[in-house]
Amino acid sequence: MSAPASFTPVMPGSAAPEAPAPTTPKRVPNRGGTPNPSAAAIAAQFPGAVVRTEVIWGETNVYVDRARVLDIVRWLHDDPSQRYDYLSDVTAVEFRDPEQPMQVVWHLRSLPYRRFLRLKAELPKGEPLEVPSVWSVYKGADWLERECYDMFGIRFAGHADLRRILMWEQYHEGHPLRKDFPLRGRFSRAEQLRQALAANPEARYSMEELTIAQAFEDIPEDMQRRLAKGERTGE
Amino acid sequence: MATTKRTVEVALGTSGIDSQGRPYRAPVTVQENGGVTTLEPPEPIEPDLAGEHMLINIGPQHPATHGVLRLVLELDGETVVRCIPHIGYLHCGFEKIGEYRQYNQVIPWTDREDYLNSIGNNVAFALGAERLFGIEITPRCTVLRVIAMELSRIISHLVWLGTTCIDIGAFSPFLWAFEQRERVYELLESWVGARLTTSATRVGGMAADIPNGWVDKLRDFLRTFPKVVDEIDRVLTTNGIWVGRTVGLGVMTAEEAINYGLSGPMIRASGVAYDVRKDFPYLDYETYDFEVPVGTNGDVYDRFLVRLEELRQSTRILVQAVDRLPDGPINTSDHRVILPPKSKAMSDMESMIHHFKQVMEGPRPPIGEAYVAVESPKGEKGYYMVSDGTAKPVRWRIRPPSFVNLSAIPKMVEGHLLSDVIAINASIDIVMGEIDR
Repeated sequence: MSAPASFTPVMPGSAAPEAPAPTTPKRVPNRGGTPNPSAAAIAAQFPGAVVRTEVIWGETNVYVDRARVLDIVRWLHDDPSQRYDYLSDVTAVEFRDPEQPMQVVWHLRSLPYRRFLRLKAELPKGEPLEVPSVWSVYKGADWLERECYDMFGIRFAGHADLRRILMWEQYHEGHPLRKDFPLRGRFSRAEQLRQALAANPEARYSMEELTIAQAFEDIPEDMQRRLAKGERTGE
Repeated sequence: MATTKRTVEVALGTSGIDSQGRPYRAPVTVQENGGVTTLEPPEPIEPDLAGEHMLINIGPQHPATHGVLRLVLELDGETVVRCIPHIGYLHCGFEKIGEYRQYNQVIPWTDREDYLNSIGNNVAFALGAERLFGIEITPRCTVLRVIAMELSRIISHLVWLGTTCIDIGAFSPFLWAFEQRERVYELLESWVGARLTTSATRVGGMAADIPNGWVDKLRDFLRTFPKVVDEIDRVLTTNGIWVGRTVGLGVMTAEEAINYGLSGPMIRASGVAYDVRKDFPYLDYETYDFEVPVGTNGDVYDRFLVRLEELRQSTRILVQAVDRLPDGPINTSDHRVILPPKSKAMSDMESMIHHFKQVMEGPRPPIGEAYVAVESPKGEKGYYMVSDGTAKPVRWRIRPPSFVNLSAIPKMVEGHLLSDVIAINASIDIVMGEIDR
């Protein structure tokens, strides 16, 4: 099952073969500890872009200027001393304290160096919720950013196809993971039921999909009218 | 004049071969007196099929999409030109609910996201919460959790194997796989009392210790299970139909697999030996002797080989874990998260108050955050938890491996045939409960 010699896979740990084998972290302190060396490297490469750095439970958080996220991520991805080639996750955090700014979180891994880095950008209150998209660096960011937009309403500038992914496209109640969104939804159960029954279950294709097959002419006229008005899915 | 209409070979009167060499039929009218009037054959219909694309909808209710996945495919003939996936039919808002629950109360929700790996999710969540609380678990608990995770990997891979066999057209391996899966579920049932929704862990330990004689039952399973894997291996690996339906499909190169964020068997089949157990270990996985199987081509066949080998490696880990299982308590002695024993809570005032506050208010972690990733059967499963010092998490985020793996499906199926979409989709090993959450 092992790879033949002619094949050169991207092996984790290949960039630092002399590094000790990783072990299970034990007795990790709450604050402090050895920060990821990439944190200092970012600060040196991008002067003024790093807001602050902290180590929590052994993981390094680097708070960066949100306008420079894409530059930093691209540098982390491309630079031979960093090689953060793997994007684990993109998500956001909103705190219960309304004074605290919302955060967008990128979890990056460097497979060749076996490093883990958490990049954060804070979104100040009163400003539009927008950060640069890292989709041009990591293809895997596509759905993760769409989910983050769907759940929090954060716009990722530069994402080619930023639309809802888990909620349906006509969903107008807002963004469910925001703290001002009630757990049981915005409307009463009766209103939610009414809206569900009023949905048009046969309007199941988006205009994009219908134009694929030139099927637009074949659908009923009332559906054509609704779709032409911008209605997309009815599920 | 009464006539009967028949269709006969026009070869009677003409050559009966059209301009492209095909025999064709034309209607003739037979008169009552036996005379035959040959009608002019109709103009051959030669529609211009080139350039006309067809829209095919698969799902959301379709047995081969492994849940409520919907794929809208644009076909040119039988070739997929474009694939537009739709998800979200099973969205329940787990992450939102988690913000309104104490840490131990979230554990039942982890059963229900990746429901083929429920006990593995329990362990992963407990590990994340323990990182957030700063708790060290006991040696016995560590080994029990390794056993839980590897049993869960075996279950998940067996379900994958069985359902993929059904999708591709083999039936017997499905029965063999599910028979073995049933044995694992019996083990789990005698351990935690549930088969699917296990809720087996607590922050700081386990819900229950294994019962007497359980280890012997597990050893019995571990002795006979590899024979079944070998049997499935013999039936499928060199089977002409299986090879023909899997080789060369849905190829992801190593660079693409990393860039798309694939994980688990998906990335390893592409030749990247990324396994969280080896590269970012947890639960002392670095002390177990096992290998990470790696494919070379990154196609459906390699994913099958990787998963089959992982079944053997999981068995290997389980044998080592059972051998080293130490005695001792399963719960940590940290009183922030562990309830006092019931006998003390009923007789001692301080213990009773502590018990009451633990149950009603819940343990409070310090302010901070933790991202703990484990190697679930589907890939890198991460739990990211943020605490603001209260008993409920501010944010509980699941990093779903199937979600990220599935996001590469347009890249994998485009250019393949419609029938291969089923095989490629099966090879991703998706669980919609985890994708939609």
